[in-house]
Amino acid sequence: MTDCTARIREETARLLAEGRVDLVIGFEEGSLPLRATPCFITEPGDTGRLIWNAFCSNNLARYLIRSDRKVGIVAKGCDTRAIVELIKEKQVRREDVVIIGVPCHGMVDPHEVRERFGDIRIQTVEDTGGKLVAGDGTALLSMNREDALHRSCRVCVQRNPVISDVLVGEEVEERTRDEFTDVADFASRSAGERWEYIAGEMSRCIRCNACRNACPLCYCSKCFVDETRPQWVGRGTDPSDVLSFHLMRVLHLAGRCVECGACVRACPMGVDLGTLNRRMSADVARMFGCRPGLDPGKPAPLSTFDPDDPQDFMLEP
Amino acid sequence: MRTIARNEIGRLLDGLLAGYAVYAPVRRKGILVFDRIRSGDEAILDYANTRTSPKHVLMPQMETLLSSCGEDPGVSEHTDCGKPAVLFGARPCDARAFLFLDKVLRDGQSRDVYYANRRDSLLVISIGCTQPRETCFCTTTGGGPLSAEGSDILLEDLGSVYLAHVASSRGAEFAAAHGLLDTCEGEPPGSGTVNGGLQPAIEPPVDLGLLKAALDRSFDDPLWLTLAEKCLGCGICSYLCPACHCFDIVDEEAAGVRVRNRVWDSCQFSCFTAQASGFNPRPTGRERYRQRIMHKFNYCIDNHGMAGCVGCGRCVSECPVNLDMRQVLAAFGGRRGGN
Repeated sequence: MTDCTARIREETARLLAEGRVDLVIGFEEGSLPLRATPCFITEPGDTGRLIWNAFCSNNLARYLIRSDRKVGIVAKGCDTRAIVELIKEKQVRREDVVIIGVPCHGMVDPHEVRERFGDIRIQTVEDTGGKLVAGDGTALLSMNREDALHRSCRVCVQRNPVISDVLVGEEVEERTRDEFTDVADFASRSAGERWEYIAGEMSRCIRCNACRNACPLCYCSKCFVDETRPQWVGRGTDPSDVLSFHLMRVLHLAGRCVECGACVRACPMGVDLGTLNRRMSADVARMFGCRPGLDPGKPAPLSTFDPDDPQDFMLEP
Repeated sequence: MRTIARNEIGRLLDGLLAGYAVYAPVRRKGILVFDRIRSGDEAILDYANTRTSPKHVLMPQMETLLSSCGEDPGVSEHTDCGKPAVLFGARPCDARAFLFLDKVLRDGQSRDVYYANRRDSLLVISIGCTQPRETCFCTTTGGGPLSAEGSDILLEDLGSVYLAHVASSRGAEFAAAHGLLDTCEGEPPGSGTVNGGLQPAIEPPVDLGLLKAALDRSFDDPLWLTLAEKCLGCGICSYLCPACHCFDIVDEEAAGVRVRNRVWDSCQFSCFTAQASGFNPRPTGRERYRQRIMHKFNYCIDNHGMAGCVGCGRCVSECPVNLDMRQVLAAFGGRRGGN
């Protein structure tokens, strides 16, 4: 058992025993190798289910929305960024949440591990000293942990919790500044090429809404795609409807997306939503000097007016 | 004994392309799916299973049922499904899902002419499994890695050759008409042992009979609330499922052409049961998740004599929060040996 796991269990037991929270949202072992799964602990006796490992990738802040209970939540850097935005947008009251912050070394993408190790039937994964060691019961195979991270974790600028009530584990060093180099190539292409790329990605979308539902900031009580009177967006796979859904979603997240990558990880079809979102985040960073979720005191750029806001789009180019 | 050599499959499919729309496992941007092929060598033969199921071959995610044009009062029905089709390389679980869909959409009280026309012109050549995935549970739901239910021809993978089990009269006619199969001497290895040697590798965690009895008593069980707590309410499980078949009907109009389209829908979406009055009989994830399980493992058994799940495991492997249906079934006391 890792130190973080032990400390999370200890803090959860304490919070529940002291009656400070009604439940704690954390992770427990998944039913499959390379998976952890969200869990909801209400009894101090159940804290032994809680774990912390390289596969705790879900953004648990998503479960705070419309909760009417006092909640303890195990939160990585990106989860706390989402909580910061939810507090700013008055979806969560700070006093109703107890944040068990966990500094994060980046979460591991099971697809990367499987890709590397091919068809071996992975049963165990050890995460030690920057290496992942996968075993199939007979052989052990090793790979660099950094090579297996989710895309969002590779460009993460906030691995430590932004806010927390209890900090579990050692703070980690934040990495170098993020210059959005991962979308630089995309941005440099012609409009036609960008259109072709995005249209190609969208052609695989099956409209399952997993990207929307996994997103901690997609909390509209009625999403525009669920409107039926009148119907705003067709529900099928017509390319214009698919693109409308994704473009409107990404624009609605402008200045709010905390770049946690939950949408990308949830997508069953491997649609490159990351490029679209990151490109939008790059614009928000450049135009408004804002990285959502990093500064609890800073108002959201697109819900406030500042006379110095860029206004060139209103003028002739 | 009838066999076909593995390296002859490409040629066989090429031969079919003139007369049939041929669907086979292909990789599209790294993801395995069933899609139309233009050449026999596109078909991928080494795979566990595809990410999406082949149900779209019979029930496309979006299809036009009716259309009308301009001032013309006439309405066209789009019931013609075009060329006959061959689905090559379906896994036995997915082929068995067709058997289920047949009961619901073709052979039951109401006949869905769009589905039925496609189904009646589809020939299914499936390939038995040699290596179950960790998410497979076909034997739990009555199938098996060499089950031929729903298939016209089942190919048993023997390495360099496939042993052909003809599973329907249409399969026999088709095989004869196309000279598909070579004949050689000897006893067929897998025949008689429908599940081959694989059955022990796929441990059925639940007994469907016990589960159904438990579900009959569990509509108001508080367990539903706990089980559905982590569910995101997305449609991955429904849309990847080979047996889910719920749909919505939408009317659309563009440039003077009016169409009535059918699109997939999912009971996991809040708007699935939203009524015009504003009332929603399944207002939260608890009711919606319960519906998914009850429909598959209770109501379908009552109505169609077969569970609406073939144990392909796609919902297990692709759920973003690892809500594993096998654990849910076990939680309801359907464990073998009682619970």
